[in-house]
Amino acid sequence: MATEPALTAPETISPIFGRLTLDWIPYHEPILVGTFAGIVLGGIAVVALMTYFRLWVPLWRDWLTSVDHKKIGIMYMILGFVMFIRGFADALMMRAQQALAAGGSEGYLPPHHFDQVFTAHGVIMIFFVAMAFVTGIMNYVMPQQIGARDVAFPFLNNFSFWMTVAGALLVNVSLFIGEFARVGWLAFPPLSGSAFSHGPGVDYYLWSLQIAGVGTTLSGVNLIATIFKMRAKGMKLFDMPVFTWTTLCTNVLIVAAFPVLTATLTMLTLDRYLGFHFFTNDMGGNSMMYINLIWIWGHPEVYILILPIFGVFSEIVSTFSGKPLFGYKTMVWATACIMVLSFVVWLHHFFTMGSGANVNAFFGITTMIIAVPTGVKIFNWLFTMYKGRVRFEVPMLWTTGFIVTFTIGGMTGVLLAVPPVDFQLHNTLFLIAHFHNVIIGGVVFGVYAAVTFWWPKAFGFKLDDKWGRRSFWFWFVGFYFAFMPLYALGLMGVTRRLNAYMDQAWQIYFVVAAFGAVLIACGIACGFINFAYSIINRKKLACGPDPWDARTLEWATQSPPAPYNFPENIVVHGRDEWWRMKQNGFKWSTNYQPIHMPNSTSTGIVLAAGALVFGFAMVWYIWWLAAISLLGCIGYAIAHTFNYDRDHWIPASVVAATERKGEPA
Amino acid sequence: MTMLDTPLTGVVEGPAGPDAHPDHHHESATPIGFWIYLMSDCIIFATLFATYAVLGYNYAGGPAPHDLFEPGFVAIETALLLFSSITFGVAMLKAEGGNLNATTLWLVITGIFGLGFIGMEIYEFRHLIHIGAGPERSGFLSAFFLLVGTHGLHVTGGLIWLVTLIVQLRLRGLIPANMQRLSTLSMFWHFLDLVWIGVFSFVYLVRLI
Amino acid sequence: MLDKLKLPALLGVVAVLSGCNYDILSPAGWVGEQQRNLLVISTLLMLIVIIPVLVMAVWFPLRYRADRKDLSDYAPDWAHSNKIEYMVWGGPIVIIIALGAFTWVYTHRLDPYRPLDIAAEPVEVEAVSLDWKWLFIYPEQGIATINELAIPEGRPINLRLTSSTVMNTFSVPALGGMIYSMAGMETKLHLVANEIGTFAGRSAHYSGPGFSGMTFDTISMSEDDFEGWVTKVKLSSDDLTRANYLKVETPSFNEPVRYFGKVDDGLFDRIRGLCVEEGKVCMDHMMMIDEQGGGGLEGIADEHKYEYDQDRAIDGFGRPLPRPEASLTTHDNDHASAAPLRLAQDEDIANGN
Repeated sequence: MATEPALTAPETISPIFGRLTLDWIPYHEPILVGTFAGIVLGGIAVVALMTYFRLWVPLWRDWLTSVDHKKIGIMYMILGFVMFIRGFADALMMRAQQALAAGGSEGYLPPHHFDQVFTAHGVIMIFFVAMAFVTGIMNYVMPQQIGARDVAFPFLNNFSFWMTVAGALLVNVSLFIGEFARVGWLAFPPLSGSAFSHGPGVDYYLWSLQIAGVGTTLSGVNLIATIFKMRAKGMKLFDMPVFTWTTLCTNVLIVAAFPVLTATLTMLTLDRYLGFHFFTNDMGGNSMMYINLIWIWGHPEVYILILPIFGVFSEIVSTFSGKPLFGYKTMVWATACIMVLSFVVWLHHFFTMGSGANVNAFFGITTMIIAVPTGVKIFNWLFTMYKGRVRFEVPMLWTTGFIVTFTIGGMTGVLLAVPPVDFQLHNTLFLIAHFHNVIIGGVVFGVYAAVTFWWPKAFGFKLDDKWGRRSFWFWFVGFYFAFMPLYALGLMGVTRRLNAYMDQAWQIYFVVAAFGAVLIACGIACGFINFAYSIINRKKLACGPDPWDARTLEWATQSPPAPYNFPENIVVHGRDEWWRMKQNGFKWSTNYQPIHMPNSTSTGIVLAAGALVFGFAMVWYIWWLAAISLLGCIGYAIAHTFNYDRDHWIPASVVAATERKGEPA
Repeated sequence: MTMLDTPLTGVVEGPAGPDAHPDHHHESATPIGFWIYLMSDCIIFATLFATYAVLGYNYAGGPAPHDLFEPGFVAIETALLLFSSITFGVAMLKAEGGNLNATTLWLVITGIFGLGFIGMEIYEFRHLIHIGAGPERSGFLSAFFLLVGTHGLHVTGGLIWLVTLIVQLRLRGLIPANMQRLSTLSMFWHFLDLVWIGVFSFVYLVRLI
Repeated sequence: MLDKLKLPALLGVVAVLSGCNYDILSPAGWVGEQQRNLLVISTLLMLIVIIPVLVMAVWFPLRYRADRKDLSDYAPDWAHSNKIEYMVWGGPIVIIIALGAFTWVYTHRLDPYRPLDIAAEPVEVEAVSLDWKWLFIYPEQGIATINELAIPEGRPINLRLTSSTVMNTFSVPALGGMIYSMAGMETKLHLVANEIGTFAGRSAHYSGPGFSGMTFDTISMSEDDFEGWVTKVKLSSDDLTRANYLKVETPSFNEPVRYFGKVDDGLFDRIRGLCVEEGKVCMDHMMMIDEQGGGGLEGIADEHKYEYDQDRAIDGFGRPLPRPEASLTTHDNDHASAAPLRLAQDEDIANGN
């Protein structure tokens, strides 16, 4: 099936097309051609419908160029779900391959393809699904929780989003032009160096992560500044909702960790492009340094993903228990502890690299210590339910599923933190089961919970309950079917990333895992059906601005919120401000003032498009195009700074009219 | 980082006159935002310093610092950058005093010093590559070129920003938005100075003693 | 492919399920047993917290559901209790202290670099991960194999590992532990088999297109059988000379077992030093030069003596790419390789190896 492009001849680099030749278009791969055809047909349908309904101008004006944090948040979620389909398709392919390729059978994916699939799966799921989801939720919710009208730097927010999109697009371009990396999601050298990963695959990896990384870092800067500077009057740090706290800690982690990734990937890029010797075997390079550096970023990264989700569950638990969060201060300190500790555990990812016993034991024990604040959080959620009035709405269902699943995942995580145990389980499917246990049980369940919870805020109607429950049960049961067999295989010593294996006794476990993946696919399908069904039945599902009887300020606004969020400035007196306001019978005064808001701008999307072209040109050594796009981006950014007219006032009359419209009839 | 400019900064004329609105109780987030950005940049440099510490002695049988670096040359380079920081400080004082022409003059002087610094760095790099001591020769040279080169790129970026800002100052004068930009660039410029002191000490000085 | 997945075969697989090899839970060597014990201890320790949490996670939401009959115990403002706070911090801390103590002790006891406290005389084995197969050199016997590791039962195995190109991980789950093998570097691992049998071994670190086939049998046998096996290998006319090694190390997939009756002295040190090839400077030598202040400006021209990776470049399918021209033309008049090897050995002696 794998037709091998003739690469053994020395590569020629044309001045116009770089190293891009027709051989790099995978028209001989039926899977890719099919996917491509599907995407083209789907794309044509979308374009036709958009044109028919005249949606292009509104799309551009109201969404793509919008600097409104709510719209950007929603666009992040859309990006996350779209990439989720891609990443999950990769997962299904892997599960199918491993269910088939036992005892001498080669399955249907040759290594050249399989290795790209698992690399793409990891990269996409972490950088463009999980990151997009948590950034989206933080963007949407946090400014409203602190009573702000937008983030501190609205244009920067738009730019960050589009850079993330550009990175995601570049990964997907690799599907149809050339190939993706075959190195695992962290691209360890020397394997990812120019000698052992010839071709554009790793270069796609590098440039897409670098481009998306710019967006992520700047978004981190933006959200921290927002929390520090844009809080409503009277809101002290210890009055902030826990989700805002976790957002703060997450973004501190982003700002502290992502630069390390940027620097590390830059070094690998220089190794590959200009023959530097950072991570090569020869000439004084040191590949172990890459592994240290990438995990100095990589370990905080997993907390970047999970901390906001802890915040999500905190809000959900207290809302649906009808009580304030148990141990608010403990929760905040636990979050801060995790934030700091996440920087002193990175070595547990490679206990088997031959560090001394003292070093290994140190990092093992620091890792276990993280279990303490994490455990405290779980207890706090449990004691929030204690003596509460727990309403088993769908978000609460996800929360319960999360607590159970995440606890199990946490336990296997601590097992892996014990160095001698890790010597046996390192790189086995036990590890794979562990991190899917915490990422699916934590992040994915959390995202579904968050989407269900804040959907009515964003759109003014609830998601359907029935489909929500279906989605949950498919996911929950599917998860255990998909990953419990991997724990078992891990205990047999089965390694990750195997394209084929001889021992047929393993096969049944892989088959069960594949079945689990199908159940999860049903869960995903139910989720999408839920969106469609609820949108169609939106009149029936319509609800007021505060459908869950919630406690924090985002529920004080209309649903969906007006562009300015709050018609008046809010003065905060304590925690759970909205709960207090409701009890005091709060009403907006009708004496509205003009509101100052930022203008939309197309600069973000233009710059990101330039970055995408630049990345593509660099991957293929099309130097003239790279130079033009880079200079173009710089020039455009400079030109943008000459525009001083960046804001407008919403007149009081418009505010009043908007508020009247939002009132429940 | 001109993008950090924000519509929500500075005194803005509203329908009821400058800042007369209760809507406007937030002070500008730009200084703290830019400061956070600088911290993230600082971590990039920290990573590169760490890399230099790890690889700095891996010559792969090739040249070492004492074969390549000339203390006098680096001292002049350093002096240029330090002076440019002082002149930027003077420019800031002039700007606070509302003197546009003097501000411009001192910014131009700053730019000339910066340009001199970059020129010397390019000369040094060219020379090293010419004698075969380019970054592909050893781990040490890779780490050296990346660390010093990254700093150089930052200074280059600062120079482009400087030129842009001079034009904007000439066009619009010392309006609050421009003052904001000026103080942000000033932060950036002093930050680069600080980083260079690290580079000068760890890359050159310590390795030549 | 699907037709291979026949129903009878599937049923057969189900039948052998009970006989599955949970190598990590029922290891065949002391190291693996210790690691298994630690796994069990840690799990039990954590279950002290995990079980109550799981019970509470299901019981609390059900017990306190909003539609319960008696809502009198609903405490809408109750959100703090020092007693509970002490408990939720204290409980996990105590357990982590216990687990931490076990970790400290076991991590030192099971340090892969520490020779085992077993009276029997150890067997030295040098393992090299090649693209994509394992080379095992027995320096005491002067033999080598590809993809077969024979060991005498009950005697400690002292492994030194390195790699020819990319990182791999040596892993025999039935014996315990694993360790990375990295080019230009040496790692160590100490194992022992306490049972006779054949155990699966493999690379546990993804290393390229041939990775899945990088498996080998670890055959634990009686002392007599081991002697016999050594004799059998010695009979092989295949010699692992430096020149032959360079052929062996070229990328290949799913290599069958292969024996080498003779091995060049110090070959492992040369592999580790990236200097099997004529004209290359060994790593140890390079590090000594660097320690003395590098090769100076005149060292610039010696670049090709230190180059390694690009000579082994492969394409996406694991096929060698043409070598860069510089390294092809330069190594006829070079004899820099004799001295470095001696140095490497000297250093080993100094280290007490």
